[in-house]
Amino acid sequence: MLKEKTEVQKSDFREKILNANIIYTLISILIGFLVGALLLYFAKISPVATYQKLISGVFGRPKFMVWSVVYATPIIFTGLSVAFSFRTGVFNIGAEGQFVMGSIAACVVGIFVDVPGPLHIFLCLLAAAAAGGAWSMIVAILKVKRGINEVLSFIMFNWIAYYLSNYIVNIPAVHKVGEGEATKDILPSAQMMLKFNNEKLDKIIGNGASYSIIFAVIAAIVIAFILNRTTLGYKLKAVGFNRHAAEYGGINANKEILTALTISGMLSGLGGACQLMGMGDRISQFSSQEGYGFQGITVALIGSSNPVGCIFSGLFYGAMKYGGTKLSLVNAPNDIVNIIMGTIILFIAVAPALKKLILSQKGGK
Amino acid sequence: MELLKNTSLLINAMMTYTPPLLLAALGSCFSERSGVVNIGIEGMMTIGAFVGASAALTCGNPWLAFLAGGLAGAAFGLLHAIACVSFQADQTISGTAINFLAPGLAIFLCKAFYDNSSDTPALDSTMKLPKFFNGLFPVGSFWNNVLCNYSVAYLSLALVLVIWFVFYKTRFGMRLRAVGEAPEACDTLGVNVYAVRYICVILSGLLAGLGGAYVTLATVSQFRPIVIVGQGFMAIAAVIFGKFKPQGALAACLLFGLCNGIKVLATSSNSVSPNLISMIPYVVTILALVLFVGTARVPAANGKPYQKTK
Repeated sequence: MLKEKTEVQKSDFREKILNANIIYTLISILIGFLVGALLLYFAKISPVATYQKLISGVFGRPKFMVWSVVYATPIIFTGLSVAFSFRTGVFNIGAEGQFVMGSIAACVVGIFVDVPGPLHIFLCLLAAAAAGGAWSMIVAILKVKRGINEVLSFIMFNWIAYYLSNYIVNIPAVHKVGEGEATKDILPSAQMMLKFNNEKLDKIIGNGASYSIIFAVIAAIVIAFILNRTTLGYKLKAVGFNRHAAEYGGINANKEILTALTISGMLSGLGGACQLMGMGDRISQFSSQEGYGFQGITVALIGSSNPVGCIFSGLFYGAMKYGGTKLSLVNAPNDIVNIIMGTIILFIAVAPALKKLILSQKGGK
Repeated sequence: MELLKNTSLLINAMMTYTPPLLLAALGSCFSERSGVVNIGIEGMMTIGAFVGASAALTCGNPWLAFLAGGLAGAAFGLLHAIACVSFQADQTISGTAINFLAPGLAIFLCKAFYDNSSDTPALDSTMKLPKFFNGLFPVGSFWNNVLCNYSVAYLSLALVLVIWFVFYKTRFGMRLRAVGEAPEACDTLGVNVYAVRYICVILSGLLAGLGGAYVTLATVSQFRPIVIVGQGFMAIAAVIFGKFKPQGALAACLLFGLCNGIKVLATSSNSVSPNLISMIPYVVTILALVLFVGTARVPAANGKPYQKTK
């Protein structure tokens, strides 16, 4: 790592550019859209019209941009969650389940605890973080104490959370009487509704806007601080770089993994709360996994597991998701969004090898 | 008598739900043992499910369609191999990419072929995979329930034996296990690490694709976006549960299949909340891990890209 850095200082500007991760991410994004365009072309759907709709669907009106941000908020959280676990060298594939647990906890507190506004929101977030953190901590304990592979137990816990949520939705005290398979709405005091009490402004940002993104940004800053400025962050990263070396240096790797996964779970849980309080206002019965956890993996990867990077990649993915909902208007399948995202990740995955190849040809090393 | 009947129904349900998991899990065994983590199994199953259904609707022959589904999975296996073996990409990242790409492509193609609908039309009974021992015993009898299963169920059980043999009794099997433990050592002994890993990852895609095709060609008889949902991950779980051995994966898949059978039968009796019953397979897995199975030793080079030194 260090050696690479000194080499860059010596070399010319071009090489500096070739060395920057962001360039490869941007190229990957470009390739993703190109592959998407090719597929659309072969399916006899105009790529130009589709991408035009995608862009105008996001940037066409201030309201759309607000919605894109609302879509982005929960996946910024799961992205942070996955990124944080990556840094410690474990793979939180259970963000999905922790997300669901967080939204259940926030929903229960949101319906049954009747306290004034800000306190209510705080309590909901607290409950969600606790539920998500606990859900992940159980898996971490199983890993640390019994040596059970975390990928396996995370997958199981995702499904247990899924059915638990469906079970709770159908409990009579929680279930909404009448319409649909969903819980009651959370009390207005727990909703993160963005209202300016100004007719003009409220019309511009549209109905259903929420300020939940603020919490995501705060979370990203806190996580960046923990990783870069605290002893805890140093220990976590040390375990992530080389577990054995860290242990040799006197760090209790098991304890750090436990801490990391718990914090990671709390982040996913908060994501669930923000999705509920900022957008859904109730939990509906699932018919399949919602995918927030897996989208979080994507966000973490595009953001290079960097907390601040996750904000931007989350906004990008949120915009793609929201823009994708409009594609049916031009008769283009919105699944093209997933194909584009998949291609982007695939190219991000092979980027280090390509980078090495390009640099070795340039530098003659 | 009632007990006997229920047992037979349970076995029947188990034999219906096990094959896709088992096929995908056997595929995962190949990949993981050769040192390549493949969490793209889920996506490979989904594309297999779609291509299987679509091929059956086009050509009408279920066995050809079954094979086509497998080949579609193998194509994504090849993609995973190129990224992970040749380009030394992070295997989890590449697998995640495939989990977006393959299902996305499946639904995209489905909409392109079938009138913008994300479901294919339902398959005729002639396009579905046949059952073994069909009509040999009276319908509803004990032996009919126990033995009259999809032929793929028997095929997948036989495959466990074949793959066990390949793993432990052939030169290729020895090499694939060695490559997953100590690729450098294999390389010095003249084993082509890249070739072995390529074969294993493509095989994992093939088997996952077959598993997916079974779902649409046998049980569901139609492709829908949620037709696979989670089964690929369950297959991966089964492999870890079975300590990365084909025979272990079989035991785990049978356990999952059995729990699924219990779930289906218990749900129809309608006494307990179906959602609580649905948790059984997952809770049982965790309990079994804590109480009996314990640590699974991951192949030493699992997840680590191998770069040949010059």
